[in-house]
Amino acid sequence: MRKKWNRFQKASFSLAAVVGISAVLSACSGGSNEEKANTGDNSTGKEPQTIRLVAANHPWTEAIKPLLPDFEKETGIKVQVDSYFEDQLSQKTSVEFAANAKSIDAVLFRPLQDGKQFEKNGYFASLNDYVTKEGGSTDDFIPSALGSVKNGDNLYGLPVVTESTVLYYRKDILEEAGLQPPKTLDELKEQAAKLSDPKNGLYGFVARGKRSPAVTQFSSFLYAHGADFMKDGKATLNTPEAIQAFEYYGGLLKNYGPPGTLNMSWPEAMAVFTQGKAVFYTDASALYTNATDATKSGVADKVGFAPFPAGPSGNKVATPPAWAIAIGANSEKKDAAWKFVKWATSKEIVLDLQANGITGALTSVWESPEGVAHFPEDLSAAIVENNKHGVPYDRPAIINVGEARDAIGDVINAAIEGKDVKAAASKSNTAFQNILDKE
Amino acid sequence: MSYWIDKHIKWIYPLPAVLFVGLMMVFPIGYTFWLSFHEWSMSNVTPPLWVALENYKALFQDELFRESLWITFYFTVVAVAIQMVLGILLALLMNAQIIGKGLVKTLFLLPMIATPVAVGLVWVLIYEPNVGVANIFLQALGLPVQEWLASPDLVLPSLILIDVWEWTPLIALIVLAGLVTLPKDPYEAAIVDGASRWQVFWNITLPLLKPTIYSAVLLRLIDALKTFDIIYATTNGGPGTSSQTLNIYGYVLGFQYFQIGKASALLMVFFAIVLSLSILVIVLRKKAGASL
Repeated sequence: MRKKWNRFQKASFSLAAVVGISAVLSACSGGSNEEKANTGDNSTGKEPQTIRLVAANHPWTEAIKPLLPDFEKETGIKVQVDSYFEDQLSQKTSVEFAANAKSIDAVLFRPLQDGKQFEKNGYFASLNDYVTKEGGSTDDFIPSALGSVKNGDNLYGLPVVTESTVLYYRKDILEEAGLQPPKTLDELKEQAAKLSDPKNGLYGFVARGKRSPAVTQFSSFLYAHGADFMKDGKATLNTPEAIQAFEYYGGLLKNYGPPGTLNMSWPEAMAVFTQGKAVFYTDASALYTNATDATKSGVADKVGFAPFPAGPSGNKVATPPAWAIAIGANSEKKDAAWKFVKWATSKEIVLDLQANGITGALTSVWESPEGVAHFPEDLSAAIVENNKHGVPYDRPAIINVGEARDAIGDVINAAIEGKDVKAAASKSNTAFQNILDKE
Repeated sequence: MSYWIDKHIKWIYPLPAVLFVGLMMVFPIGYTFWLSFHEWSMSNVTPPLWVALENYKALFQDELFRESLWITFYFTVVAVAIQMVLGILLALLMNAQIIGKGLVKTLFLLPMIATPVAVGLVWVLIYEPNVGVANIFLQALGLPVQEWLASPDLVLPSLILIDVWEWTPLIALIVLAGLVTLPKDPYEAAIVDGASRWQVFWNITLPLLKPTIYSAVLLRLIDALKTFDIIYATTNGGPGTSSQTLNIYGYVLGFQYFQIGKASALLMVFFAIVLSLSILVIVLRKKAGASL
C-alpha cells in the first residue's frame, strides 16, 4: 500500500509540481542549473562522482565554494552547488523532496524554520549510522545548536552557521557625539532619538520590519523584556512584557527608523545601514561581512559592534543555529554526500570558513585564537558576551513555524504602524494558540 | 496500415495537442481538486488524509481568505478599468495619422514584452521611499513624499499602477486591430448626415468595437485576477497582508504553511471564480456580436 502510494505520489506530485511551480521558481531563483547533476553517478565509486548541494544565498555558500576544488582533489567527488534565497530554498527543496526526487544529495536548511517539518515529512536521511561509524564526532558542536537538528535520538543534520543578534552602530557618529555604545535598551532609544536627523537623511535606528522576517530579530527584544513566544504550550504574545517589547521595537522603527520599514527584510535594512543612513541596526551577527566589506558597504571602516543591549529584565539574546546541512533521504549518493558533510563540518574547514567571516558551530573553533582572529575585535567580543546570555531559538520551536511567524509578525507590523498593539497582540495570541493546539 | 491511418486521420492529427492539454492542464486541475479534500504537508511518509469538506469549511471561516478575495477583486477591477480606458484612447491615437506612428507604437509595446519579475524589481527601485525616482519626482513637484509599496494604504494603488503601465499596451494593441477592420460605410454615412466626431465615436466606433473590447476585457480580466509575479517580486503580499491576493495566499498556505489541502481548496474556489467570470464575459460578447 505504502509503496503504491509512493509511486502514485511521485508521478502525480512531480507532474503537478513541474507544471505549477517551476515557472515561478525559475523566474525567482536567479541562475540555477539543475539536471546537470547526475552525470558521474555510478555505484562502483571508481569514476569521479558529482553530488548536488542545494544551498542558500548566504555567506557560508560563498565561502565554501572556493574550497570545493580541495575537496574534489581529496576525494574525487565533485560538488555542484545550486543556491537560492532562503524562502525560495525552502520551497524548492520541499517540492523536490515531496516528489520523492533523488536529485538532492546534500541540502542546507534552517533548523528552526523548516527542520522539524522537513524531518517529519521524511525528507532527510538519518545521520546516526554515519556518525557512529566515526565514533561520536558530534562532541565538538555547540550543544544547543546540535539539539536543534535532533528528533529524540535521531540526528538529521549538522549545524554549520550559528548567529546572535548584535548591535551594529556607526563608530564615527557616536564618537562625534561623545557617546558610548548603548548598554541597555533605554540607552539605545535615547541615543537613537538624539542622533536621528531625518532632514539630512540620517535615521537613528533600522531593523527588519517585514511581517515574517522581522520575527527572528525581534525575538531578542522580546527576551530582553522578560517575555517569550510561548510557555508550556501556551501562547504568551499578549503578556504585559511582550506588549512592552512589541511597543518598544515598533516605536523605535516608527519614530527613528527610515520610511518603508514594513517592507524590509535584512537585505533592505542592511542596505539602509551600509548606505550610511542609519546610526544603529540590530540583526544577525552572521551577516556582518555585508557591513564590513568595502565592496558592499559605504561605511565599512565606520562600523562598530556591540553585544545586544540589556532590557528591563537584564541580558537575554537569541543565539540560534541559523543553518544546518542534511542529506537527502532519497539520494543515491549518500556516502559521497556524507563525505562532503563530514568535510564541510570538520574543524579544519570550519576554521577556514570562520576566517572568512562565517560564524560556525564548533566549540573548539570558537575557543581557539585562530578561530576568532579574523573577526573584528568588537564583534567577537559581542558574540562571546551574547553567548553567555543566549536563548537557543529565535522563533517558536514548533513544527508550523511559517504560520506562527506570520501571526507574530502581524503584531510587529501593528506596532510599527502605531496601531493598537494590545488588540493586535491578543488577536495573534489566539491565532498562535490555535497553531499550538494543532501540533 | 496506411489505410488505418487514413481512416483515423482526424483523430491522429489533434492527438498530440489533446494529450498535451490532458496531461498538462486537466491532470493538475484534477489532482488539485483531489488534494482539496485531503490534509497533506507534502510529507513523504504520511499520505494525504481524507478530510472531506474540512478545507473548504476552514477556508470560508478564514478572515484572511475573505480579505484576499476582496484584494483580488479590487486590484483586478480597478486595474482593468483603467487599462480599458487608457488602452482604447491609446489605440485611437495610434490609429490616427500622426507623425512617428511606428516609433510611438514600438515604444508603447515595450513594457508588455518585459519579464514581469524584472518589471517588479525595477519598480521596487522606483518606489523605494529613500532613493527611489517616484519620491524624487514628487519632491520636485513640491508634493509630500510617499512610502508607496511599504504603505498599507498605498500598496494596492502602487501595484495597480505597475499593472496599468505594463498591460495597457496589450489593450491598445487588441483594440487597434479591431479598429483597422471596422467597415468604412457607416462613417461615410455619418459624415454625410453631419454627425460630430464625438457622435461618430459614441454611436459608431464604440458599438462596432464592442466584441473586440469584450475580448480584451476577457483576456485582461483572467490575467489580472491571477497576477502573481509582479506582487510576489515587489511586496510578497505585504506590508502585512495588504497586498495578499488569492494567488499569493494560496502560495503562502502551500509553501510556507505546508497546508497543501487548504491551498488546493483555495485554488479550486479561485478556479471556479475565474471560470464563471470568463463564461459571463463570453456570453456578453456573444450578445454584443449578435446585435451587430
